[in-house]
Amino acid sequence: MIEGILIGLTTALTLQNILMVMIGCFFGTIIGMLPGLGPMTAIALMIPITYGFDPATGLILMAGVYYGAVFGGSTSSILLNAPGVPGTVATSFDGYPMAQQGKAGKALAIAAWSSFAGGTLSAIYLLFMAPSLSKVSLSFRSPDYFALMILGLTAIAAFSSKGQFLKAMMMVVLGLMLASVGQDSLSDITRFTFNNMNLTDGISFVLIVMATFAMSEALTIILKRNDPTSAAKQVSLTELGSIKINKEERSKMYKTIPRSSIIGFLIGVLPGAGATIASFLAYGMERNVVNDEEKEKFGKGSVNGLSAPETANNAACSGSFVPMLTLGIPGSGTTAVMLGALLGFGVQPGPRLYMTNPEIFWSIIMSMYIGMVILLILNLPLIPYIARILAVPKNYLIPLILFFSITGIYVMSFNNFDIYLMIGIAVVATFMRLYDFPMPPLILAFVLGGLMEENLRRSLLLSNGSWEFLWGRPLTLIILILTLSIVCWQLFKSLKK
Amino acid sequence: MNINTTKVISLLFFIFSAFYLYTAYQIQVFAFDENAPFNARTFPIYLGYAGLFFSGLKLILPDPNTIKVQHKTLEYKKTALLIVIAIIYGATILKVGYFLTTSLFLFSSYYFLGERRWFLMFLLSFPFVAAFMYLLHGVLDIYLRDPFLQSIGVMG
Repeated sequence: MIEGILIGLTTALTLQNILMVMIGCFFGTIIGMLPGLGPMTAIALMIPITYGFDPATGLILMAGVYYGAVFGGSTSSILLNAPGVPGTVATSFDGYPMAQQGKAGKALAIAAWSSFAGGTLSAIYLLFMAPSLSKVSLSFRSPDYFALMILGLTAIAAFSSKGQFLKAMMMVVLGLMLASVGQDSLSDITRFTFNNMNLTDGISFVLIVMATFAMSEALTIILKRNDPTSAAKQVSLTELGSIKINKEERSKMYKTIPRSSIIGFLIGVLPGAGATIASFLAYGMERNVVNDEEKEKFGKGSVNGLSAPETANNAACSGSFVPMLTLGIPGSGTTAVMLGALLGFGVQPGPRLYMTNPEIFWSIIMSMYIGMVILLILNLPLIPYIARILAVPKNYLIPLILFFSITGIYVMSFNNFDIYLMIGIAVVATFMRLYDFPMPPLILAFVLGGLMEENLRRSLLLSNGSWEFLWGRPLTLIILILTLSIVCWQLFKSLKK
Repeated sequence: MNINTTKVISLLFFIFSAFYLYTAYQIQVFAFDENAPFNARTFPIYLGYAGLFFSGLKLILPDPNTIKVQHKTLEYKKTALLIVIAIIYGATILKVGYFLTTSLFLFSSYYFLGERRWFLMFLLSFPFVAAFMYLLHGVLDIYLRDPFLQSIGVMG
């Protein structure tokens, strides 16, 4: 492990990679502060830039954007009660009341330190857990992987659907269907191309991400007449107050941070769950463990109530890297985008990643520490200045998002067809968003489609066409039972309503 | 009569899944693969059935959380305009070149979204695209095709 840490540090501490973490965190903070534009959009917009880098640098940049977006989301939650990302909704429960009491600076400082501590602690957990889990996952067989992917897709559908499980499952199936377009990986037989040569290689992952997130979010903002930058305009006018945290508040945080970081990390590791669930759970747990006097303060500006979700949401970000780095299976939409980008670089994440590409594996973990320090520096003294940059009117913001999306596809393929296809998918996605069809399950399914088919192929061939492989191994059976429990529970909830 | 749009989308998805399933059955596999436990059409066939299952359930089950969209409040005109501009941009980018089409795309998008600060509009289109092109092409070494700039001798 020491050798790995040194490899990671050597890679992460190059001038270029430190610069990338800084750019990523800065850009992520800006996007994260804009309600409606989440980390997936931010990362998607960064993909064209990463083409010019090696995989480690590209991933470091995207990881920086990810933490930055979650970090930035807390600022608009605290100052305006307008969470930039879903993972920071719980932050507003106590952060906003604190800001209303004239303690906005203090609330931001508590959030920043909690995020820093949560991110740092979870990076340490990741440091110890990832290599061990990689070793364990080497014993995984194709049926286990297949079952695990089904569990991941079902879980993300269950957690991201806001009670609309069937809609989310339809998006999962649609994602898998889109992934099946093009040549079959083994036989080279073309499928669903309708004799169109442009579809022979399948639909590009970047195209799908750009269309369903960046472009469709931009169109949705225009369609709904939203102005995500209006919040930022107010931030620059807000009186922040002192950012000093007193001894009593610090002692409360010392207790909250370790337990919330563990919850956040563990929830982040689970497929489908993420920063949003982690922050709500940490908030709920914190409320249950504090004394009655402190409990009364929850919702009115409690230090514990603010620190817990902020610690947990950042810890969950690091946790979500575990399944991606060790199993090659992303646990969330955001890490699915990163996995897609890694595959684009020709790197296959999975249990062997830390042996075949140690510089990627370890440098991502090491860059997390650097990222946390940079975010701390960014979020505290620079917030009013960042807010001023954010006050760009949406009349400029939207065309710039469209421009980045189209450029991303243009530099990738130099093909008009891909641009038309992207616009077409973006229009459909915009319409579906209006009716609450979630997009993250589609992305995760699209990324996993090829891997899923490959593992099903191997499993069926090994079992001579029999589906017995699903219950042939205890591990596969356990995963499958978990999946069925989620499906049954969700269908039961739908029927009950 | 009120039409539940979510049900309409589910119905469309059901039809789409049926079409997908039909097409999956039409995939030509090699003769020796025809009776293999797994061939190129196996996974798509399962997907087709899964699509029919979930969209069918959505159609049959009651929908207590019906989402009602207030279409009158939506900004269809500007959205459609932006889409049209994006399509024109996509159609011309290869023939005309990245710099000119992108700059014009940005400038016209700002204009149609209601912006009238001409200097800022110019600054965030032509010089901005030039700087971005320099970053991609000059610094990151990402190839950008631009017949227009090549024709005037700016780009090699």
